Order: sequence, then C-alpha cells, then structure tokens
Amino acid sequence: MIRDAEILGGLVETVRRFVRERLVPAEALVEETNAIPPAIIDEMRALGLFGLSIPEAYGGLGLTMEEEVMVALELGYTSAAFRSVIGTNNGIGSQGIIVDGTEAQKAHWLPRMASGEVIGSFALTEPDVGSDAGSVRTTARREGDHYILNGTKRYITNAPVADVFTLMARTGEAGPGGVTAFLVAADSPGLSLGPPDRKMGQRGTKTCDVILRECRVPADAVIGGVEGQGFKTAMKVLNRGRLHIAAVCVGQAQRLCDEAVGFARSRVQFGKPIAEHQLVQAMLADCATETYAGLCMVTDAARRFDAGERIVQQAASCKLFCSEMAGRVADRALQVHGGAGYMQDYPVEHFYRDVRLFRLYEGTSQIQQIIIAREMCAQR
Amino acid sequence: MKVLVPVKRVIDYNVKVRVKADGSGVDLANVKMSMNPFDEIAVEEAIRLKEKGIATEIVVVSIGVKQAQETLRTALAMGADRAILIEAAADVHTDIEPLAVAKLLAGVVKEEGPGLVLCGKQAIDNDMNATGQMLSALLGWSQATFASELAVSGDAATVTREVDGGLQTITVKMPAIVTVDLRLNEPRYASLPNIMKAKAKPLATKTPADYGVDVAPRLSVVKTVEPAGRKAGVKVSSIEELIAKLKDEAGVI
Repeated sequence: MIRDAEILGGLVETVRRFVRERLVPAEALVEETNAIPPAIIDEMRALGLFGLSIPEAYGGLGLTMEEEVMVALELGYTSAAFRSVIGTNNGIGSQGIIVDGTEAQKAHWLPRMASGEVIGSFALTEPDVGSDAGSVRTTARREGDHYILNGTKRYITNAPVADVFTLMARTGEAGPGGVTAFLVAADSPGLSLGPPDRKMGQRGTKTCDVILRECRVPADAVIGGVEGQGFKTAMKVLNRGRLHIAAVCVGQAQRLCDEAVGFARSRVQFGKPIAEHQLVQAMLADCATETYAGLCMVTDAARRFDAGERIVQQAASCKLFCSEMAGRVADRALQVHGGAGYMQDYPVEHFYRDVRLFRLYEGTSQIQQIIIAREMCAQR
Repeated sequence: MKVLVPVKRVIDYNVKVRVKADGSGVDLANVKMSMNPFDEIAVEEAIRLKEKGIATEIVVVSIGVKQAQETLRTALAMGADRAILIEAAADVHTDIEPLAVAKLLAGVVKEEGPGLVLCGKQAIDNDMNATGQMLSALLGWSQATFASELAVSGDAATVTREVDGGLQTITVKMPAIVTVDLRLNEPRYASLPNIMKAKAKPLATKTPADYGVDVAPRLSVVKTVEPAGRKAGVKVSSIEELIAKLKDEAGVI
C-alpha cells in the first residue's frame, strides 16, 4: 500500500540519489578496509534511514511494507554492507519490540533506534542452534527481580556496535514453548563480545559472538512481560524481514544486470561489443527476466501484507526465490565479465561473494522450502 | 530577514539530452527532471543562513509548468518554509525566458519584501545566466554574481566571486541579489522524515496575470543541434613530430 505516491516518489528518489552519489563511490573503500566510514554512517543517520519501519509515533517513518520494499530495492543497489548498518534497526533488531513489546519498552528504545542513536541487534543463533531455532540452549533463571543469563550467541549482525539485543533464552521446558525473548542492554554486567567474524563476503558488516556469563538483566527486560513467548516473537520478526531481504536481493540483482550490461557494451571481442554476441545476450536476458520476476513477487507479497492477508507462504517464497535468483544472476554477470569478473577491480567480484549470504541467513533456503510446503499442506 | 530563492525545474544533470527530430528543441517527454543544481546550492545557502539566525523565513518560488511543484517540494523538504508556484506554461517544452522570469520575480519581491534573493547563477538547461542580473536591474538592487562565499552582516553582504583567473571579494548593500556558483556549498539531502512533512508546508499557486506580466517569448529558436562528435585522434611516432604538429597544425606552442 502506498499512502501518498508523490511523497513516496520524493523519498525513493532521495534514497536512490544518496545510494548512487554517496554509497556506490565508497564501495571499493569499504571492500578494502572492511569498514564503513563513520562519516557515511552519520549521513545515513541524518537522512533518517534507521527508522524506516519504526512507527511514526516513535519517531520513525512508519513505512508500509510496500513502501519499505521500494526503499529496500534502492538500498540493495549498492554493497550489502551499507544496508546491514541500518538493517537491524529496521528489521530483526527492532521488530520484536514493535510487535510484542510493552508500551514502556517501546517508549524506551524505539525513538532512539529510529534516530540511529541506539543500534538494535537480534540474537537467536547459537553454536549448536541454527535452523532448529526452537532448541535454544542459552538459559535464563529468575533471581528476585532479575534474570541471570548464560550461553553464547553466534554470527550476531551488528553485535560489535549494538546497544541492545533482542535475545532468545530458555526460561522453561525443552522446545519452542520454553523460549523467552529478552531486551539485553549491551552494557549489562556479564555480557561480552567475541572477536569479529572473518566472513566470505559482505565486507564492512560487523558480526561476532555475544557471550553471556552470569549476565544480569532486570525482570522487565522480558519482551511483552510474558515468559515463553520468545519463539513466537522470533518467528513474527523473521516473517516480516523476509520481504525486506527479498527486496534487497532484487536490488542486488538489478545492480548486477547493470554491471553486466555496462561491461558487455564496452568489451569488444571478434570485432564487436560482446553485447552483440547471442550467447552473451542469452545470459543478460535471463538475468533481467529473473530480476523482474523477483520484483513482481516481492511487490505483490508486500501489497498482500499491507492488506492484512496471511502471507507466511508468500514471504518464504519471496525469500527463497529472490536469494537464489540473486545467486544465479551474480554467477551469470560474472560470466559475462569473463576473466575480468574474477578480479577485484570489478564490483561483480564482491557482489558474487556478497549475495551468497542471502541464501543462508534469516532462514536458509531449505527452511523456506519447509515453510512453503507446510503452508501448502496445512488444512484450513 | 526573509530570503527568496527562485528554483527552476530542469532536465536532470545525469540524463543524456536528446534533440527533437525537427530541431525545435530538446526532447523532454518522459525525461527525468530535477531542481537546477545551482538553485539547490542557493536553497542550501538560505538554510545555512537560517541556521545561523540571519534568515528568519525562506520562501521558494518556481515559474513554469504545474510539475514544478515537485521541485518546490524538494526545496521545502530541504528546509524552505513556504513555496509559490507561478504556473506560466502548460507544455513541458515551454521555457519561460529570463526577462519574463525576472519580471515575475520582481512582482514576487514587491509582494514578499525579502532582504535577500539567492539565485543559481544559471540554469543548466539553457545556460542563459541572465535572470539574477535582470532582476537586479528591474529592482534597482545591488547584485553580486558567481558567489563562492557569502557573509551577511547588518545591511551589507560580503561576497567572494569566482571570476576569470581568480577570486574577487566585494561588499554590496542590502537588499541584494546574489547569484551562486558551484563551490559555495554542498547541498544536503533532504531527510526522509522532512520529505514526509514537506507536503504539509504551504504552497501557493499563482499565474503570470496575478503579477501583470506577459510571458510570451521574445526570442525564437532557429535550430537546435547535437554537439559535433569528437574526431578520431592521430598517433605520432616521435616527440619531434608531436612538437612540430603542436606548433604548425594546432598552433598551441
């Protein structure tokens, strides 16, 4: 749902300009230094990018899903590391509070997340807990008006810069019903961070372990104030995030199309630009067609979400198709570049490594397939 | 002090301009349009004056087609307080000539009573570089063109001008027209929350008749042509040959 086409047009145009004028030219630097220049993060803050999906009542933009998708398509046009900076505040790092938090929790955290003053992060994955998200081993035991947390959280996006974690820990029986979602401040006693993860791609993104040793948090840190709701909260958070990630994948695919076309038009072999060779044209055509299919899917699913439809299956389909599609498009775009595509002088080299992650995080492709099939077979 | 900033909707600077088949002008149908970059610098400077407490209100004005509203909204999102659209054309291909624009702006100035008019030095579509100067002549106000630095204190403005071969600093009496050059500042991006709020800011719509100005063109375009393509270069086999060619053929040494 687009509330006001003119306003959204101005918004999307500004993000597009910012991405192309400020972020794209900084990609090589981010790749080389494995860090995003602080000045760019300040600009992202000034622009208001941290509060896209946070409700207007808490200082955010309160974008509808369709509007958010249109912005995510633009942000996806550049290195994924830039999107990652604002990704958690607009997704997994804030959504738990938005969907299930108490009024006091919302008022305390959301306005500062919307402004980018506070960075939120999401801590579900553990060394032995990945796709089987209900089997969380981190424990939380009640002691008076506090909880004591013990365990390790793994591959936590933005953990090195986070101020607060939406963190899943076990308060009850085995299985999903014993998991509780906590808001754990990064300066809680007993919380420490592991060394930065050394990743295959998406250089510039910050991830690491979060280690809890007798970590004390106040009892009112339980999201929504009720124990045992953590797994449900986590699933709601991930459900909405799937459309955002799918849109980012389409943005990445669009960029890869443009890189491939740009190269194919200027590279001359056999006396003419390779864009005039039919086997190259076939690769370009497949890239564009699949990108367009992804765009249509994610736009349709976002509209349905805004209309209040249950879109668990469609969101999983979007995440599955768009992440896998971005991988195929990256592979072809690199192929179009020939040997040059294997060199770090061309952006396609790091995009090829970057897009690999989309098939893994916030639910692997296989988990999406299971969700889709489960929804298909469910009796309603 | 109130600051008036005229802004023009022009073909976006990233767009590759195409000449219409009949040579009557540039094809603007379905082409991306944006605020003239020099006008954006003028808006930014006005906002900075307001942030310094020198300007109290920023009024932006655009003259042209109805779609110039979008350009005004951009200025409002950046930080202008209110906007005036003078709808003077129905076809996007109609360009209102500098003299008509200057006469309309003179009308706005009389109505609004600003202490300073900040304009772009020229619009990137027709490169006339005339409106600010004509406005100054019509009003009998001081003018300072091609500003790369601006300081306002009391009833005077000190302006550093980019002139051929260097910089010139002058002081002009207020009220004044200052036309701004590229290096004056780097315009900010309108923040997303401000873009959403801009629609609530006042935008008044007027017509040239409201100011008693006839916008009929005085100039006629004879023809419009694409720039000639670049000729292929030549390879020389020695430095001696290069020097000889530079001397005899190019005549540059």
